[in-house]
Amino acid sequence: MPESQGGQDVSISAENLGFTRRQERTPPLRNTVLADGSRIAVIGAGPAGSMFSYFLLSMAETLGLDVDVDLFEPRRFCHRGPAGCNHCGGIVSELLVQRLATEGIILPHDVVQRGIESYMLHMDVGDVEIATPLHEKRIAAMYRGNGPRESEPLDTQSFDGYLLELAQEKGANVVRRLVTDVRRDNDLMTVACADQHSERYDLVVVATGVNSHLLENLEGEFESFHRPARTKTFICEFRLGHELVRETFGPSMHVFLLDIPRLEFAAMVPKGEFVTVCLLGDRIDDDLINRFFSSPEVRNRFPGGVIPQQACHCYPRINVRAARPAYGDRLVVIGDSGSTRLFKDGIGSAYRTAKAAAKTAVFHGVDAASFKQHYAPLCRKIGNDNQVGKVVFGFAGLIQKTRFARRGILRMTSNEQAQTSRPRRMSGVLWDLFSGSASYTNVFVRTLHPAYIGSLVWNLVAGNVPGSAARHGRASGEEESHVRR
Amino acid sequence: MGRLGKEYKKGEIIARQGDKGSCMFVIQEGEVEAVAEAGGREFRLRTMGPNEIFGEMALFEKEIRTCTVRALGPTRILTIDKRNFLTGVHEDPSLALRIVKTMSHRIRDLTDRLAKYEEAT
Ligand SMILES: Cc1cc2nc3c(=O)[nH]c(=O)nc-3n(C[C@H](O)[C@H](O)[C@H](O)COP(=O)(O)OP(=O)(O)OC[C@H]3O[C@@H](n4cnc5c(N)ncnc54)[C@H](O)[C@@H]3O)c2cc1C
Repeated sequence: MPESQGGQDVSISAENLGFTRRQERTPPLRNTVLADGSRIAVIGAGPAGSMFSYFLLSMAETLGLDVDVDLFEPRRFCHRGPAGCNHCGGIVSELLVQRLATEGIILPHDVVQRGIESYMLHMDVGDVEIATPLHEKRIAAMYRGNGPRESEPLDTQSFDGYLLELAQEKGANVVRRLVTDVRRDNDLMTVACADQHSERYDLVVVATGVNSHLLENLEGEFESFHRPARTKTFICEFRLGHELVRETFGPSMHVFLLDIPRLEFAAMVPKGEFVTVCLLGDRIDDDLINRFFSSPEVRNRFPGGVIPQQACHCYPRINVRAARPAYGDRLVVIGDSGSTRLFKDGIGSAYRTAKAAAKTAVFHGVDAASFKQHYAPLCRKIGNDNQVGKVVFGFAGLIQKTRFARRGILRMTSNEQAQTSRPRRMSGVLWDLFSGSASYTNVFVRTLHPAYIGSLVWNLVAGNVPGSAARHGRASGEEESHVRR
Repeated sequence: MGRLGKEYKKGEIIARQGDKGSCMFVIQEGEVEAVAEAGGREFRLRTMGPNEIFGEMALFEKEIRTCTVRALGPTRILTIDKRNFLTGVHEDPSLALRIVKTMSHRIRDLTDRLAKYEEAT
């Protein structure tokens, strides 16, 4: 049985109000614990909404609790191009692949477009491959919809579609409607849709991502709510064909450290016959995109150094500061519409916030106080780590600007990759930074280790002695290359 | 289409009895058998298929692997690191629930077998 309150009235103090409605004191809530017959509306069936539904229904089943979940999603993930796609680089991190496998969710081979086992770091001073010590494919490249606009009908399955199926198998009822409004209605919540349909629920879960107008409406309806801060990003797809993708990109994700202002992260992800290019940073615009594609490090990835025609492109937004507060009475905001890791493992954050919110609703209650006590700490943890992430990206920005530093990093990483017996400090830091496998705080703390600093200083010196044989270390592009230049 | 994990051929050993382990495994595709070696003989403990886990004891104790696991055909196995798993459990203890369920199944299975063995002797 759920632990708290036992269906009694709960009076609400000002400090745990969370979402409060404009010009209205919220009366005490009744029945703040889910019971048989409770109704839950989940708005948005991206990874956050589907995983929330899946975990909530699994936990309810374990407790013998019979609740109804309506999952609102107008998008059909079986469509190719923008109509079916939730716009993202399509990497399921190493961390999330492992967590899902531990939960009993394995990604089927028609969802995984390519298993990734290494990162190839490209810089003007050379390239270096960072491989997993286990040489195991633990990162998945996938499509959020059913592939780019120009793809042939493929024998593939969308990642979001697969998660939605799992939620449906657990009993979620998919409602193909666009939600336009969420209102507090006496003791319950009312969800209103674009087609005038409306229904009342015991709990509303907002999982709309950051690109939805609903968040603006919520700001209008609930005085204390601030939607997440966002910035524009860029994604495009190139169709190169299976052979060329395999030969040129291999089972690696390609990451670029280039001296382009406002560019924080640039990557190419091989998927079937396509390659996805993903640019993250501060207000990505056409000027930045042109500079990226004109750099030799990027052009050299393509046959003959010519950038092919884009099959599909978009400018989705990304969450750069969490929504505040991400909860209220009978209301919780999860995934990108709430809190997410800065520029990394957004789907992993969707999983973490979805599960924490589901656990709170099932085991503690659906009032603001329960979410404050059991859900908000995770959002705070993600937010605090993002602050450290900003410092880490600040350092990465310095490296981007300093050729001297890039040489040292290239040398240190390539030497580590060539010697399996020594600790791989720089490789580990870069791996965790690119893959999102560790928190920013963990990455930052490791860079303060005296052995890391000592080795970096030595490599900065050795990598910059003119004419020295030690200058390049064993960078690929020389005898170690796994990529044709 | 893409596949995750590491590939093993028929007969290849994934975990060896007596080795030290620091990870757990999840079967992505294929079947494996767990065998225990004692007195120069091999006893099959169980066979396992897609989505089943093994090697989970290594996540909780420093002891050596208690049995050998080998592929019965072409198999794909995903490794779960101890560090990642324990960090996850620290944030969300319910992550360990499935492993607890698996272990409880196996204890039940071993108890049944022991009872049958006692009966037979
Ligand atoms: C350029 C870029 C690259 C990225 N690359 C990666 C990556 O490689 N790996 C990674 O882990 N993360 C990546 N991310 C982040 C990742 O996309 C998000 O973190 C993730 O999609 C969040 O999931 P979500 O379910 O919260 O939101 P979303 O995926 O945005 O899903 C929201 C869903 O809600 C639905 N919806 C919206 N409004 C309504 C409404 N009013 N009514 C009903 N339904 C509605 C939408 O149709 C959608 O299906 C990237 C993001 C960007 C911008």
